Amino acid sequence: MAEHTSEHHIVPLKYYFGVFALLMVFTVLTVWVAQFDLPGMWNIIVALTVACIKATAVVLIFMHVRWSSKLTQVIIIAGLFWLAILLIMTMGDYLVRGGWGVLGVQPN
Amino acid sequence: MSDHAAHVPGLAHHFVNMEQQKEAGTIGMWLFLLTEIMFFGGLFLAYTIYRAKYPDGFLQGSHLLSVPLGGLNTVVLIVSSLTMAMAVYYSQLGERKKLLGFLALTLILGSVFLVVKYFEYAEKFQHHLFPAHWMYNPAADHPPTQYHGQVQVFLWIYFMMTGLHALHMIIGIGLLLVIMFMAHKGKFSKQYNSPVELFGLYWHFVDIVWIFLFPLLYLTGYHVGGGH
Repeated sequence: MAEHTSEHHIVPLKYYFGVFALLMVFTVLTVWVAQFDLPGMWNIIVALTVACIKATAVVLIFMHVRWSSKLTQVIIIAGLFWLAILLIMTMGDYLVRGGWGVLGVQPN
Repeated sequence: MSDHAAHVPGLAHHFVNMEQQKEAGTIGMWLFLLTEIMFFGGLFLAYTIYRAKYPDGFLQGSHLLSVPLGGLNTVVLIVSSLTMAMAVYYSQLGERKKLLGFLALTLILGSVFLVVKYFEYAEKFQHHLFPAHWMYNPAADHPPTQYHGQVQVFLWIYFMMTGLHALHMIIGIGLLLVIMFMAHKGKFSKQYNSPVELFGLYWHFVDIVWIFLFPLLYLTGYHVGGGH
């Protein structure tokens, strides 16, 4: 292994400019969409989708993870999995206990 | 000691070669950033819980924040991430002058972010919106509603999250000064530039935190009252 870990890889500048353009366009997009009161939870869904796309572009290109070793990539995914445990399991617990007025459950 | 270990500048003696040293450094930096993700993750969790509990208070609280200033700072940070990425690029090519130039641009943009943040905070203090109980008095400047208690919770989370983020920016600027000093001294070369790259990871991470803070804090209540 380690032949193609690309330690000497220099990311061409056009990738950086591409990510920069994507970040600017998506920033304008998310501000524009936020002016409208979308039905249901669509405001937050759009906002978080855009934020996740922007963050992924930064991680893959600006932070070179696309060209990083498999070990580095696995470590990052494990970390995000841990964050997901924190958010999903805690919220799952809160939301099913009732008293929150969300998910159709009326406060007691 | 032996010149065997020292003949590659920047290579520590306990590493076999530059690739191994760089891989170890990269993994170490990512492990640190994962602890940072969990650090901010607790606050994002608090945000999620209280937003589920107080949806109206969060809309009104978010509406108090300035989207133009928050948006300006978003753009400032994106540009600073680009200049940081270009600094890494020129460090890899061993071009010291351009490296220093882009590090300096990054430093300036980071400082601009903090200045804008200062004016935002100052405006909140002036309008009695800092949420400490002895200061918080939204009725002084805003029509009274039943949601002032919920808005106070939102503002605590706003000040905690943006405050912790701003602290990371201040630390980042301190580190950036160290990196610039090292670059000025000619410590970096085509072969050895890990400190620049690893600092870049930190800087981009702080940008990513803001990428989530901006929509969650500023844009959530933007549509209240039909936009601005």
